[in-house]
Amino acid sequence: MSEEAVTRGTGRGTRSIPPIELTDAEAGAAVFAGSDSRSYNYFTPKGRRATKYEDVTVDVQPDPEVYLTQGWILGWANGDIGYDPSWTSVKVSDWHRFRDPNEEWERTLYINNSNSVRQFQHSIENAKSENVFQDWNKSWVDILARHVSTWAHADQGLGMYVFMPAQRAAMSNMHNNAIAVNCMHKLRTAQDILLYNLELSEIFPDEFDGSVHQEVWMNDPSWQGVRENVERIINAKDWAETTFAANIVFESLVGELFRSQFAMRFAPAHGDYLTASLIGVSEREFKDRDLAYTKDMLRDMLEDEVYGEENRQLMQGWLSEWLPYSLAAARGLEPIWSETEVQPVSFEVSFGRVKSRFEELLSELGLSVPEEVTI
Amino acid sequence: MARRSVTKAHNKIQELSWEPTFVEKDPKYKTDYTLTKGSQKDPMKQIMQSYFTMQEEKDHRVYGAIDGAVRGNMWRQVQPRWMEWQKLFLSIIPFPEISAARAMPLLTEAVPNAEIHNGLAFQMIDEVRHSTIQMNLKREYMKNYIDPAGFDITEKAFSNCYAGTIGRQFGEGFITGDAITACNIYLQVVAETAFTNTLFVAMPSEAAANGDYLLPTVFLSVQSDESRHMNNGYGTLLMALSNDENKELIERDLIYSLWNQHAVVDAAIGTFIDYGTKDRRKDRESYAEMWKRWYYDDYYRSYLLPLEKYGLKIPHDVIEDSWERIWNKGYHHKVAQFFATGWPVNFWRIDPMTNEDFEWFEHKYPGWYNEYGKWWEHYSGLSEPNGHKPIAFEDTGYVYPHRCWSCMVPCLIREDTIMDYVDGQWRTYCHKHCHWTDTVAFRETYKGRPTPAMGRMTGKREWETLYHGWDLADIQHDLGYVRNDGKTLVPQPHVIFEKEKMWTTDNTRGIEFQSPNVLLNQMSDEEREKHMEEYRQGFTINASL
Repeated sequence: MSEEAVTRGTGRGTRSIPPIELTDAEAGAAVFAGSDSRSYNYFTPKGRRATKYEDVTVDVQPDPEVYLTQGWILGWANGDIGYDPSWTSVKVSDWHRFRDPNEEWERTLYINNSNSVRQFQHSIENAKSENVFQDWNKSWVDILARHVSTWAHADQGLGMYVFMPAQRAAMSNMHNNAIAVNCMHKLRTAQDILLYNLELSEIFPDEFDGSVHQEVWMNDPSWQGVRENVERIINAKDWAETTFAANIVFESLVGELFRSQFAMRFAPAHGDYLTASLIGVSEREFKDRDLAYTKDMLRDMLEDEVYGEENRQLMQGWLSEWLPYSLAAARGLEPIWSETEVQPVSFEVSFGRVKSRFEELLSELGLSVPEEVTI
Repeated sequence: MARRSVTKAHNKIQELSWEPTFVEKDPKYKTDYTLTKGSQKDPMKQIMQSYFTMQEEKDHRVYGAIDGAVRGNMWRQVQPRWMEWQKLFLSIIPFPEISAARAMPLLTEAVPNAEIHNGLAFQMIDEVRHSTIQMNLKREYMKNYIDPAGFDITEKAFSNCYAGTIGRQFGEGFITGDAITACNIYLQVVAETAFTNTLFVAMPSEAAANGDYLLPTVFLSVQSDESRHMNNGYGTLLMALSNDENKELIERDLIYSLWNQHAVVDAAIGTFIDYGTKDRRKDRESYAEMWKRWYYDDYYRSYLLPLEKYGLKIPHDVIEDSWERIWNKGYHHKVAQFFATGWPVNFWRIDPMTNEDFEWFEHKYPGWYNEYGKWWEHYSGLSEPNGHKPIAFEDTGYVYPHRCWSCMVPCLIREDTIMDYVDGQWRTYCHKHCHWTDTVAFRETYKGRPTPAMGRMTGKREWETLYHGWDLADIQHDLGYVRNDGKTLVPQPHVIFEKEKMWTTDNTRGIEFQSPNVLLNQMSDEEREKHMEEYRQGFTINASL
C-alpha cells in the first residue's frame, strides 16, 4: 500500500468521502506538560478515585459560590436567580458534598428501571400462562380494583408534582439527578399499577371494575387522608421540605403501610402471590434506593458543622407540620383492613410495625417525634 | 408491546390525573400567558413500560460503540483541530441538556393538560440521559486523546470562561422567567425543533469526517429522543395559539428566541463546523449550506410557516436578518476570528488556517480571503512563541470588540453595533434585535400589558469587567488555565505537541488586560460618541506586522 493510501485514504472510485488520516493523536503519543492529566480535577471525589457517576454528574450545574464568576445571567423579576438558595430553608456549608449512594446516572437508571419493567411483565405473563387467577379468592378481586389500583394516584402525584418540581430547584446536580430518578420510579410505578389493572380487567371481565379507583381516590373516606396529604405536599414549595415530607414522613408511614403491610401481606392470604410480587418492586425501589439517597442527603444537612443544629430544628418543625397529615392518612386507611375476607394481620399490628420503623428512621437521622404529636 | 396495546395502555394511564380539592394550586413558576384546558393529545403515546427498555437498548448500542472505539484506538485517526473544539463544545452542552430536564416542571405547572405532563416526564429523564451521556463522552476523550488539558477542567472552565457564559444562556433561558416563554417557546419550539438539527445532526457529520465516530454515536442517539420533545412543544404551542390574548407574547418570545439562538448557536456551531474541520472537500457542505438546509428549509419553511394558518405571527425579518449575518456579514467567520484572538483566555487550542483552508473558504464564501485571510496569516505567523506577544496584543490592525449586553457574543459586525444608556450604564449591543431584547422584551411590561413573569437579565454580563487592569498571566492562573507544571498554558494557538513550542505564563507576564465596557463608561460623552463612530467604521488588517 502506498504512503498516500495510508495517510490520505482510498475509495472505490469517484464518490466523495472524507479524507481520514492517521494522526497519531492518541494518549501517550507525546509527552508534554499536562499530557498525563486524565481525570476531572475540579472536584474532590468521595472515595480515593472518582467514580464514573461522579465524573458525569458533579458540578454540571454551576454555582456562583464555586467557579461561576459571572454569576447566573438570567433570573426573575423578584430577584431570584437560576438556582436560588432561598428556595429551601435548609442551609449547608458546601452544597457540592452530597453524592447519591445509588450512583444513578443515565446508564444505571435505564438498566434498573428496565429490570423492574421486566420483572413486572414476566410475573404477569407467568401468572397468565399458569392461570393462577382461577384460585384467587373472588372477594379479593374487588379489593384490587378499589384499593390496590387507587395507590397509583399517590405515586403519580408524588412523581409528577412533587419530585419533578423538586429536581428543578435543588442546589446541586447531585441532588437534582437523584431526585429525578426518584421521580421516574414513582411515575413508572403508577403506570405499572394501572397497566396491571388493565390486565385484571381482561382476566376478570365481570368481577373487576377497572375504573372505580378514580371514584375511590376522589371520594372514598378511607382514601381522603392520603389524597389530602399528597395534595398538600404538591402545594409546598421548599424542595428539601417536600422531599422530606414525601420520603421520610409519607412514604414511611403511609406508603410502607399500604404496600408492605397491606398489599404484600393480604394478597397471598387470598391466593394472590402475584400482587405481592408486583407491589414488592416499588417497595424495594423505595427502601433500597429512594430512601437511601434521601437519608444521605438529609444527613449531609444535619451533620453540617455550621448549620447542622439549625437544620435539625428546621426538620423538627417539618415533622410537626407533616406528621399529622400522614398520621391521618395512615389511620384513614384502617377500614380497608376489615374489608377483606381474610385478615392475616390487624391494622394495629401493621401500623405498629411502620411506626416502629419510622421511629428508628428518625433516630438514625438524629430527629424525634415532636412532643405535641402522638403517634 | 404491540401498537394496539400501546394505544390501550396510553389511554389507560390517562386515568391517573385528577384535580386537587384540598388545596388551591399556587404555582411556583408563573406565566403571563393564558392557557385553558385543551384537548391536545400526545400522538407519540408514551408509556414507561416500553420507554425504559427502548432506551436501554439504545444505550447498549452507544456503549458498545465506545468499547469499539477504545479497543480499535479511534484516537489514532482523530484530527486534533476537531478534538480541541470539543473541549469547548462538550464543556457547554451538558448544562443546556440538564437545564432542559429541570425546565419540565415549569410546564407541568403552567399547562393544564395531564396528557402533555406525561410527555414532559419522559422528556425530563431523556435530558438527564443526554447530559450524563455527553459527560461520559467527554471523559472518554480526556482519557484517550493526546492532550487532555482542558477536558480535565471542563466544568470549572465552563463556569469561568467568557465562551462558557455565552453558551450558558442557552440553558439558563430554559429554566428562568415566564414558564411558557422559557420552556415552551425558547426550549421546545425553537431550541429543540430548530437548532438541535445543527447541534446534533450537522456536528456528528463533521465529527465523522474528522475521524471521530464516537460523537456521531452519542449525538445521533440523543437526537433520536428529540422528536418526542418537539411533539411536546407543538401541543403546548397550539394551546397558547388558541387564545388571542397570547398572540403578542408569542410574537415577542419568537423574536427573542429565534434571534438569541441564532446569535449563540450559529456563533458556536458555525465556528466548529467551518473552522474545526480538516475536511476541505469542495463538495462538503459549509455551515451556511447546512443552515439553509436544516434551519431555513426544514424548520422555517416546513415547520413554522404552516403554523401561520393557526394565527402564528412569524417574525420573518428576524430569520432573514440571521441569514444576512451568516451569508453577507460573515457572522461566524468573525466569531472564529474573535475566538482565535482571545486564545490566551480560552481552555482549548486553536489550529491556524492553512492555504488549503483558505482555498476552501474562498470557494464556499467568495470574498473570504480579502476579509479574513491576512489576519489568519498573522495568526499562523504568531502561533509559536518566538519573543512576540499573543496576537491580541500585537498590532495587526484588529480592534478588540465590545461585548453585546444581550447575547454576550461580541459586537463583531461593527456597523450594526448599538450603544445605549440602559439601567444606569452605557451598554453595547451587537444588533437592533439584541437591543430590543434587553430594552423591550425582558421588562415588566410589553406593549402596555404587565409581564410580571418575564425573566430578567442578571449577572456580570461583560466578562472582561472581571479582569480589568489585571496582568494576563495572573488572569490565566486565576482561571486555572495553566497546566500541571505551573506555567505551560492550557490554550495554545496551534496543535503542535512539542513542549518547546508551547506558550507559558513567561510569555504572557507583563501584558495588561482591559475591559472595553469599563473604558466606555469612563469616557466623556464626546469621547464616547467619537469612539463609537470609529468603532462602527471597522478596521483594516495590516499587510505586515
